[in-house]
Amino acid sequence: MRLTCPVCGERDLREFYYMGDAVALARPDSEAGEAAWDDYVHNRDNPAGVTRDLWQHEAGCAAWIVVTRNTVSHEVLETALAADVKRAMS
Amino acid sequence: MRVDHKGLIDRTQRVNFTLDGNRYQGFAGDTVASALLANDQRLMGRSFKYHRPRGVLTAGSEEPNALISVYRGSDVEPNVRATVQEIYEGLVVRSQNAWPSLGFDALAVNDFAAPFLSAGFYYKTFMWPRAFWEKLYEPVIRRAAGLGGLSGTSNDAEYEKAYAFCDVLIIGAGPAGLMAALQAGRAGVDVILADEDRQAGGRLLSETYEVDARAGHEWAAGAVAELESMDNVRIMSRTTVTGVYDQGTYGALERVNGHLPKGSKAPRACFWRIVAKRSILTAGALERPVAFQNNDRPGIMTASAVRAYLNRWGVAPGRDVVVFGNNDDAHRTAHDLQNAGVHVAALIDSRWDVTPTGDFPIFTGAQVCGSAGRKGLEAVTVRTQSGTEKIATDCLAMSGGWNPSVHMTCHMNGRPEWRADIASFVPREGMIPGMLTAGACNGTFSTHGALREGQAAALETLKALGKRATACDLPAAEDAPTRMTPLWAVGGTGRAWLDFQNDVTVKDVKQAAQENFRSVEHMKRYTTQGMATDQGKNSNVAALAILADVTGRGIPETGTTTFRPPYTPVPIAAMGAGAEGKGFAPERMITSHKRTVVLGAPMIEAGMWYRPSYFPIEGETHWRQSCDREVNMVRESVGICDVSTLGKIDVQGPDAAAFLDFVYTNTFSTLKPGRVRYGLMLREDGTVMDDGTTARLSDMHYLMTTTTAAAGNVMRHLEYVHQCLRPDLDVSMISVTEQWAQFAVAGPKSRELLDGLLDQTVDDESFPFMACGDVSIGDVKGRLFRISFSGEHAYEIAVPARYGAALFDVLNEQATALGGGLYGMEALNVLRIEKGFITHAEIHGRVTAFDIGMERMVSAKKDCIGQTMAARPGVNGPEREQLVGLKPVGAVKQLTAGAHLFEAEAEVNRINSQGYVTSVGFSPTEQSFLGLGFLKNGRARHGEKVKLVDHMRGIETLCEVCGPVFHDPEGGKTRG
Repeated sequence: MRLTCPVCGERDLREFYYMGDAVALARPDSEAGEAAWDDYVHNRDNPAGVTRDLWQHEAGCAAWIVVTRNTVSHEVLETALAADVKRAMS
Repeated sequence: MRVDHKGLIDRTQRVNFTLDGNRYQGFAGDTVASALLANDQRLMGRSFKYHRPRGVLTAGSEEPNALISVYRGSDVEPNVRATVQEIYEGLVVRSQNAWPSLGFDALAVNDFAAPFLSAGFYYKTFMWPRAFWEKLYEPVIRRAAGLGGLSGTSNDAEYEKAYAFCDVLIIGAGPAGLMAALQAGRAGVDVILADEDRQAGGRLLSETYEVDARAGHEWAAGAVAELESMDNVRIMSRTTVTGVYDQGTYGALERVNGHLPKGSKAPRACFWRIVAKRSILTAGALERPVAFQNNDRPGIMTASAVRAYLNRWGVAPGRDVVVFGNNDDAHRTAHDLQNAGVHVAALIDSRWDVTPTGDFPIFTGAQVCGSAGRKGLEAVTVRTQSGTEKIATDCLAMSGGWNPSVHMTCHMNGRPEWRADIASFVPREGMIPGMLTAGACNGTFSTHGALREGQAAALETLKALGKRATACDLPAAEDAPTRMTPLWAVGGTGRAWLDFQNDVTVKDVKQAAQENFRSVEHMKRYTTQGMATDQGKNSNVAALAILADVTGRGIPETGTTTFRPPYTPVPIAAMGAGAEGKGFAPERMITSHKRTVVLGAPMIEAGMWYRPSYFPIEGETHWRQSCDREVNMVRESVGICDVSTLGKIDVQGPDAAAFLDFVYTNTFSTLKPGRVRYGLMLREDGTVMDDGTTARLSDMHYLMTTTTAAAGNVMRHLEYVHQCLRPDLDVSMISVTEQWAQFAVAGPKSRELLDGLLDQTVDDESFPFMACGDVSIGDVKGRLFRISFSGEHAYEIAVPARYGAALFDVLNEQATALGGGLYGMEALNVLRIEKGFITHAEIHGRVTAFDIGMERMVSAKKDCIGQTMAARPGVNGPEREQLVGLKPVGAVKQLTAGAHLFEAEAEVNRINSQGYVTSVGFSPTEQSFLGLGFLKNGRARHGEKVKLVDHMRGIETLCEVCGPVFHDPEGGKTRG
């Protein structure tokens, strides 16, 4: 399986490190309260279908990327630099 | 026996090989199976469970019976198919699963125990008495189980792995595949044509068909010649495409030297990963046996195998052959034999509505219902309208129809479609993105159909690739319609085999259904049908047809099990090529490695690094002597230790300070340039991730250190925080662990040593405790940090890595002159335990800042990673296990890490555990074992006695709880 790193192009999956859901980008404010923080640290959806994950091109350029993929069909729909996605969020 | 004027073998080259020590001769081009049959050797193996004599059933890689072990010196390769192994001069093979010999197998007694060994027997038998299971039954069954065996020595055969890329991967080089390759190759796209066989041609090599008015195999050779002339086409023979994976990735096993004599320098095999934009599956079809009583005797094989042995290898598998089938292939077999001068004893067609012709006895509407001849077929029993009849024969060619090889199309969890007209499963469209199917694997069984579909698939593929192409001329070929009437099993009372390799019969399938294992998935696992190394290629469809029948369902309703890679067995060594021994993981060496090894220090692995345990001097015979001496040496004079392995991360930029304030719990923006500070780093859940010292080299330039094993994790974490959480910060970071060699210079004489060595003055003014700065030794520029992990007056000196080895020698020389020397990991560990300094033994991923007594390091004035969760209830408070020191106070002096702590009078059980020990060492300074550990509400229990219990090593020690800092608690020595 291959992922397209926005910096390096299409690379073997084994060059990447998988962290988890891209909801990690939305770090709550320190005053957001227990429920928000519990959700952020502990709870994740587990869909059979499209997910948005955070991966790092660890054996390459070290860029963190947001990968949109389908966990059922294994199709990779989109990849984008996490920094760009985060900046667009604020 | 060998037949003249037939076969594609090279009769000018005689080849000698041995089976079980017996010598045989064949010709170049023979397989072990064809050569044995040529020598009238029909007995080739013993079945798995019942140890029944077995012969070869097929002529291909789907072979379930004739499994042999190939011996190359001390190397043994088990479960090799005799139908695939090409013979070479001096080849040594042995049969499997028979003792003492193939001819006389003692375990054949199992055949008589058959009623007790049916499906699922191990759930019902061998249960009483209970004690017998472990002592008798299991060892006996384990020894009897399995087919081939391994040599027991390490495998020194070489394997490789490789990668290939192409526009079109064509899987199978029979007529469909060759036609597709010609069409696509001529259009100029990059083509890989792979076939598991040594030679392209597929069934054309085994049939007497003509293509383009030439013998089929001649047409194939011509096509290959044209393809070989094209630069854009690559033919991979002896290469089985083993699996289909995501995004057009295919696994393939290329057998490289298995057919070459000993001494060949080529690797045994190469495992390929092929990335193809599109693919065409032209994998052909496999013939179905027919199930009838005792259908497993040596000499009973598929009709297509008989034709293959006859036409491709010039071998008649028998002298009086009976042909039995439910389709027209049976007739062709009889005619091919007759034309080659082989006696056909009978042609038996189960269908009523056919009128075959030929100069031999013909039975229609008849079925073979039994056989005789335990070590080799002697006769078959035929049931006709008028009764039964026995026919003497030494070879039965049976055909139950064909199964398209759909396996690859199902590797991404698709299921094939049942076509009632040909009584076969065929691929569904789109099961593999980018893959088309053509020819027999698509349910199209004529030669013309294969050529036509191969071309059509290539044209469609070219269109998808955006390449214009016109259809080339199709060579003329036969286009016979498929006519057959399904016949899965012939009625009868005896055992009729379905899965030959796992010894599963029709009775077993019916029994499974009877015991309510009615789903095809349950039937498979309960009977083990389809679970042998042939993956059910010879039995899947028949078994599920019988299951369907017995459970009153149709075949589509009953469904298939899942096909999974690999299509044929792949040695794990091939998939793991390059990863054996030292190839498994990199070895990381410090710059002082060579010297350290010369000095006789035993090396230990810390992550992938190699570090010295201790430096034994003459007269020292036990590691404790060296360790104790080194600890004393550091505390009394000066010691040198290579600490290069700790992670070093260079952080720079206008927002470097703000960044560090965010990742550390304490504040680094307030750190003055030229100073070092100890920092604590949390995970977002409030658990301690790492600790280390970070130096501020200048306003916008910091140097962080991390623990050796966590360096990668911390680097990744920093990048994550920067890119994913704070892309607004203008900061850059890079790992410089390998760029700097770093050495601890520790002890009361460390300042004297460095002041004498460095160009700069080293005193309390220039280098107060926790100061850092640039230093030099002549032209070599370095950095000096006054930090201490030993609790003594100490420094760490860093130079560019290329000077590391030289500096180590100089430091060693200088230290020795001052009465000190080198120290290793053991002493390093004792020194830090004496001072209560923590490592990842303590911060093991489940402790918080509060637990280690550093809650006040979590600044309330700023946010940082983990700050919010570190304040939640449950991670602070008296219920937590807190860091304490432990000293033995009873008769037993020994402490062990991993032991649990209990109140002195408490019963030792899981519920009463109050904590555990994380680090221990013998302290020559305190003349006692010392331990660090975690104890519930430990900080409030100093002075209390607790019981240390280590069940694994049988140790129980009474300890006193104290603070973790045993030596110099005021820290005066470090600060002096």
